[in-house]
Amino acid sequence: MPLTAAPRPSDAPVPVPPAILVEDLHKSFGPLEVLKGVSLTAQKGDVVAIIGGSGSGKSTMLRCINFLETPTSGRIVVNGEEIAMRADGSPADRRQIERIRTRLGMVFQAFNLWTHRTLLENVIEVPVHVLKTPKNQAIERARALLDRVGLGDKADTFPAFLSGGQQQRAAIARALAVDPAVMLFDEPTSALDPELVGEVLSVIRDLAAEGRTMLIVTHEMKFAREVASHVVYLYQGRIEEEGPPERVFGAPQSARLKQFLQTVG
Amino acid sequence: MEALLDTLGLAEAASLLSLEPPGWGANLLRGLVNSLQIALGAFGFGLLIGLGGAYGKLYGGPLLRDLLAIYTTVIRAVPELVLILILYYVGSDLINQAATAMGYDRVEISGVVAGIWVLGVVQGAYATEVLRGAIQAIPPGQLEAARAFGMPPLMTLRRVTIPAMMGFATPGLANLWLIATKDTALLAIVGFSELTLETRQAAGSTRAYFTFFLAAGGLYLLITLFSGVIFSRIEKWARRGQPSLREGGR
Repeated sequence: MPLTAAPRPSDAPVPVPPAILVEDLHKSFGPLEVLKGVSLTAQKGDVVAIIGGSGSGKSTMLRCINFLETPTSGRIVVNGEEIAMRADGSPADRRQIERIRTRLGMVFQAFNLWTHRTLLENVIEVPVHVLKTPKNQAIERARALLDRVGLGDKADTFPAFLSGGQQQRAAIARALAVDPAVMLFDEPTSALDPELVGEVLSVIRDLAAEGRTMLIVTHEMKFAREVASHVVYLYQGRIEEEGPPERVFGAPQSARLKQFLQTVG
Repeated sequence: MEALLDTLGLAEAASLLSLEPPGWGANLLRGLVNSLQIALGAFGFGLLIGLGGAYGKLYGGPLLRDLLAIYTTVIRAVPELVLILILYYVGSDLINQAATAMGYDRVEISGVVAGIWVLGVVQGAYATEVLRGAIQAIPPGQLEAARAFGMPPLMTLRRVTIPAMMGFATPGLANLWLIATKDTALLAIVGFSELTLETRQAAGSTRAYFTFFLAAGGLYLLITLFSGVIFSRIEKWARRGQPSLREGGR
């Protein structure tokens, strides 16, 4: 009998908390209710694509997860840690939300690189100043990340001198620099010229292949079908339909989703 | 050198401006140093007030915003000479009342400190508006990115807001600095011996008005020229990473 077969107590499966758990999330802007109670679970390694028409609340939902928008009500749990909220939905503990934000690498539609810093400075900024990583270690890692997104030779260039696709790839390197538990992509290719979309999608595709946990708000249906492990379709602040990509794209149930896929497809 | 001055008819002026007594050059330079000291102090103090004021106006509650609106409106509405008289006498009177109330003797208020306080309060009102405009000109996404990556507010101010707004604020701040250097001349009215008062005394004692005021004008011009060099360097640094507006420029 092989020794390895003997189960030891420490081998007992420890329940792994989901990377992201969103429960009954509501968000209103004044009288306008944008999110009307959405729930979502992403296990470690999941790639969740969030699709939906303009104004469906998909970006708002993503931005509520790291509290860039303050939810009106609901629960958000990151890696088993619930974000403490006041009655009005604002984070109760600034330090907790700041700590959790460093675990969520965010990539924006408009890149939002810091224009007064070079690409290398952009990538090391958070590791060095927020996470207190030794600078030479952060630089080494940043160079490797820039190489990885194909910008190794642009480390000392300022963002304004690069194309949108290059800026977005640098923004992905910046998000990767904190070694995030979950990456949040907010329409990462919507601000790009069509011929630049491919280079950014291919970087994201590589990240999916290496098992990164990601939430991606996107308009690229083909891409979503290809990389996502789970697809969520939002309609007017509610989840209208969700499931594995083959089913959501191949055999949609709801009439609205069918219509949506026809118009974007 | 002396022969040259003689032929130009400037020998008398040179001896009046000489650094050794009976020349008055040393007095003028002392006045210049005092002026610069006050201008630097007031500019710095004004920047601090301005940064706080801009933040208060942008992010503060309604009460703070109202108070700041009153501050910037009143200070910018009243002529500086009047403000200097009011702030100088009110300031020194308040300090003396506080001192006597606490059982101390009346205190002699240092002219430098009083000058910095008075001009700083004036500068602060203008700096508030310059910095508020500059902060508002920062693309909001840059501040949002700082928030999204868990930067605490003070670190965001230091690492993102201030460097990102510098390019927008520098031309306005350069104006404020030059105004500060020249506003020091107004302090002559409260008897502070800065460059203008020293010049007036030298001119009055020697009756050589033209020589001394021309010399003082030259000194003010030198400050301006030197400041121009410094500020253009600061601006170049602050605008690093921004493409030039000139065609094809980087």
